[in-house]
Amino acid sequence: TCSSSSTPNFSVPSAEKVDGFPRRSMRRARQRRSHSSSQFRYQSSQVELTPLPLLKDAPVAELHDLFCKKLQQCCVLFDFLDCVADLKGKEIKRAALNELVESVATSRGVLIEPLYPEAIKMISVNIFRTLPPSENPEFDPEEDEPTLEASWPHLQLVYEFFLRFLESPDFQPSMAKRYVDQKFVLQLLELFDSEDPREREYLKTILHRVYGKLLGLRAYIRKQINNIFLRFIYETEHFNGVAELLEILGSIINGFALPLKAEHKQFLVRVLIPLHTAKSLSIFHAQLAYCVVQFMEKDATVTEYIIRGLLKYWPKTCTQKEVMFLGEIEEILDVIEPSQFIRVQEPLFKQIAACISSPHFQVAERALYFWNNEYILSLIEENCQVILPLVFATLYRVSKEHWNQTIVSLIYNVLKTFMEMNSKLFDDLTASYKVEKQKELKRDRERADLWRGLEEHQDRRMQMLTEAARNQRNLQERGERGDPPSPSSPQTSHSDQPELKPSGASSSSSGGGESAT
Amino acid sequence: MAGADGDDSLYPIAVLIDELRNEDVQLRLNSIKKLSTIALALGVERTRTELLPFLTDTIYDEDEVLLALAEQLGNFTMLVGGPEYVHCLLPPLESLATVEETVVRDKAVESLRKISQEHSPVDLEVHFEPLVKRLASGDWFTSRTSACGLFSVCYPRVSSTVKAEIRQHFRTLCSDDTPMVRRAAASKLGEFAKVLELDYVKSDIISLFTALASDEQDSVRLLAVEACVSIATLLPQEDLESLVMPTLRQAAEDKSWRVRYMVADKFSELQKAVGPEITKNDLVPAFQNLLKDCEAEVRAAAANKVKEFCENLPEDNREQIIMTHILPCVKELVSDTNQHVKSALASVIMGLSTILGKDNTIEHLLPLFLAQLKDECPEVRLNIISNLDCVNEVIGIRQLSQSLLPAIVELAEDAKWRVRLAIIEYMPLLAGQLGVEFFDEKLNTLCMAWLIDHVYAIREAATCNLMKLVEKFGAEWAQNTIVPKVLGMANDPNYLHRMTTLFCINALSEACGQDITTKQMLPVVLKMSNDQVANVRFNVAKSLQKIGPVLDSNALQTEVKPVLEKLATDTDMDVKYFAQEAISVLVLA
Repeated sequence: TCSSSSTPNFSVPSAEKVDGFPRRSMRRARQRRSHSSSQFRYQSSQVELTPLPLLKDAPVAELHDLFCKKLQQCCVLFDFLDCVADLKGKEIKRAALNELVESVATSRGVLIEPLYPEAIKMISVNIFRTLPPSENPEFDPEEDEPTLEASWPHLQLVYEFFLRFLESPDFQPSMAKRYVDQKFVLQLLELFDSEDPREREYLKTILHRVYGKLLGLRAYIRKQINNIFLRFIYETEHFNGVAELLEILGSIINGFALPLKAEHKQFLVRVLIPLHTAKSLSIFHAQLAYCVVQFMEKDATVTEYIIRGLLKYWPKTCTQKEVMFLGEIEEILDVIEPSQFIRVQEPLFKQIAACISSPHFQVAERALYFWNNEYILSLIEENCQVILPLVFATLYRVSKEHWNQTIVSLIYNVLKTFMEMNSKLFDDLTASYKVEKQKELKRDRERADLWRGLEEHQDRRMQMLTEAARNQRNLQERGERGDPPSPSSPQTSHSDQPELKPSGASSSSSGGGESAT
Repeated sequence: MAGADGDDSLYPIAVLIDELRNEDVQLRLNSIKKLSTIALALGVERTRTELLPFLTDTIYDEDEVLLALAEQLGNFTMLVGGPEYVHCLLPPLESLATVEETVVRDKAVESLRKISQEHSPVDLEVHFEPLVKRLASGDWFTSRTSACGLFSVCYPRVSSTVKAEIRQHFRTLCSDDTPMVRRAAASKLGEFAKVLELDYVKSDIISLFTALASDEQDSVRLLAVEACVSIATLLPQEDLESLVMPTLRQAAEDKSWRVRYMVADKFSELQKAVGPEITKNDLVPAFQNLLKDCEAEVRAAAANKVKEFCENLPEDNREQIIMTHILPCVKELVSDTNQHVKSALASVIMGLSTILGKDNTIEHLLPLFLAQLKDECPEVRLNIISNLDCVNEVIGIRQLSQSLLPAIVELAEDAKWRVRLAIIEYMPLLAGQLGVEFFDEKLNTLCMAWLIDHVYAIREAATCNLMKLVEKFGAEWAQNTIVPKVLGMANDPNYLHRMTTLFCINALSEACGQDITTKQMLPVVLKMSNDQVANVRFNVAKSLQKIGPVLDSNALQTEVKPVLEKLATDTDMDVKYFAQEAISVLVLA
């Protein structure tokens, strides 16, 4: 229930489902719209803004006071869905924000301690809001235009101010940490779900700065990003800012100290690798693969976890994702240490063989391209004794039956390479190919026989058990007629009987159970 | 049973386990799905001592295999030797309840819940409850999430000391560090409250509920709203105000629309749970706010509940509440900017007429229906039309048609064929209620116009509609008003219209009777057998087959037979086919 209730969406109107046509036109119409921020309603009464004197004209003694007043002025929110409402007020706020940005960016000595709470308050009031429901419940980031934030003219300047504030040479983390606290960061992270890419871009840079400057928040930020990802993977499958968060993590991982802490390894194994299962992988795959490779470059011992993890989550039906996985594997192999390669080569090349035999030629082709990579080729050559037997049967078979000529010729090249690498082994395998094939067929037959035997056995047993149960029941009924049953024994034999039928009926088609009752 | 195990030695466990370990996932999956067969072959003893330990140790596998395993184990009680031994199933299920993949975990929890019932109270304390505790204090969030679903199944059947421990564990999970666990706990809060003693509901559950309802994450808060329904149902009326209402009021005004949406979505349940007094004082204003919410999703969810909410209002001042508090909001929603909101409202608004009665309906509701009937969004119009019958019951069809007829006539030409279709489906009902004269005057032209609609579904429905009208008004009426027009279309230059004539004849012949069919329809059909378009000709064959049973044998032999014979030699193979079929069905050969 978690996932369904947390993202309530409109169901697709029934008339449109059948009609097919109006849908697209409506979607297009929607794309032009932009979000209203729910926060607007929560302001009790609209305040009339009056322009304040310019910061640059203010005498030094009054500068801080004026700065503070401007910050307070910027706490007033405006309705941007109504684009003509209170134009004057909007303009005053915009000008004030511009001045604040400019002042923080260029003049020194402006950021004194009393301004910190005011600045953070102004930022919080403006940016923290519950993101509105998506205009398009089936928003597909690859296909659809995102819905843009209507109040962006102000919001952008607020973000710009925040960024300049963090980047100012006057910025004092020791003062800021009292206001930029865990609660603040949590709200900041939630904004990464914004559909507006411009907003996420600002958030990315800002969070990166916060992470860099406020050391006390680092562990907390990592933990909360974990939670966002886990929720994305296991609960909602929806979060717009995965790519941005991964990008930040990419540089965080870069800075991890060695040896890697257990927390970081856990993050790799339990969060980054499962992220590969997401339906929308293509949107953040580049960033994800970068993070994975970063981990490997930090500490080669994680290689096995990574490869085995990827093999566990290997896409079964989505060929587009399979190509992405193969791309990531190549990136990994590019930097793999030979000692690590040996540990994973067996399961890995079984998967690669499976990809080569994919009827989707892009998958087969992507896998065969590995043989064009010199480093990978050298690894294969060193371990030819192990790898060639793993892939030979597939190469041999697919070279004869693949529908796509490019694949067939690529396979011939690969076979030729192998022949040159180890002609003796190659000849042995060619010779034994038919025999192996026969053995395989024999194993299949044996398996079929085993199961037939098992099922016959089951039928016999079920019959026996039903009969036994019937006898027992008869016996009991005879007994009960004289002696009323005691209700205090919930686990006496008659509770077994109803069990019998479900367990038997669920797995076999034996009608014995039913006909007996 | 021991004797029945005699032939088990045929299957050494190694062979069977090899099957469960097969390299090919699909084969492994097949084997796991037949796990009961394997267990049966091994017998209960070896299933317990050899198979289950193996399964427990090899939990690392494809999620699909694990899912099948988790499901199988829920039905394994008999295969391990009955309830006495059911606890043997706990170790593998415990591991499954900790894996990453949600579906697997959920299935393991489901199976655990199932087999918990088969434990004796002693086994429950010795084996099951320790498992719940272990899960509840696991390192990774997955095991703690799974634990949340297991408290309520063991609580009622354990001793009071163990009960106290269980309550403590639940409390801990409600304030867990990870939001995933808090969400799981929040979603099970209502279920857990139901098995607790009332005193503990008041002391423990309420504080947990209050805490979860003010969680920092809206995804947790909204689940507390769900729990609110169960909790409010459990508490005596006098405690509701102090224990539940502050939290509910806060949820209805939550800053996150998701929470408000949840309140709106659960409104009817909440209303029933808190009773009439609180509904009057608190829920009515809350509902008004939700109907006026700034977020369209919330308004739509609330609009969906308008009818149910009004229905469940205390009868003594229901009408007054609706008229003064709800109706003004409803009026605003009729012209909402969001089509989903209007459409949600349109699907329930007609239900208000039963509650408000005839006079109020005519005075206050009809204008709203009319406005929605003319809405620019087809979904809205459709929802109104599809619910006309409830208004019909209250104010009568004559009143309804007088006020709504102009709008209906307009909709009969709606650009959306689905709307036109919905209107057609109302025609027989309207015709029956309005009578022949009124119908002829106002609606007949419409019904005929649909016959040449450019959408086939409409033409088809229009044909069927004619049949129903004839059934109502009789053959004579048909002969005078419909048949001439239908037959006239046989000369239409558009072959689709000519075919409509045939389709109408198919539908009408039975209702019109032998006389009209033979004298008026048959000649037209026969004449159409010379049509240039093959589709028309084979439909002639089909029509003849269809109306044949209505004709007398003389007409069949002298008029139908020669035409069909001619068609049977047609150059077009489909025409031939249908002509031959008609000949054999009518036994003319």
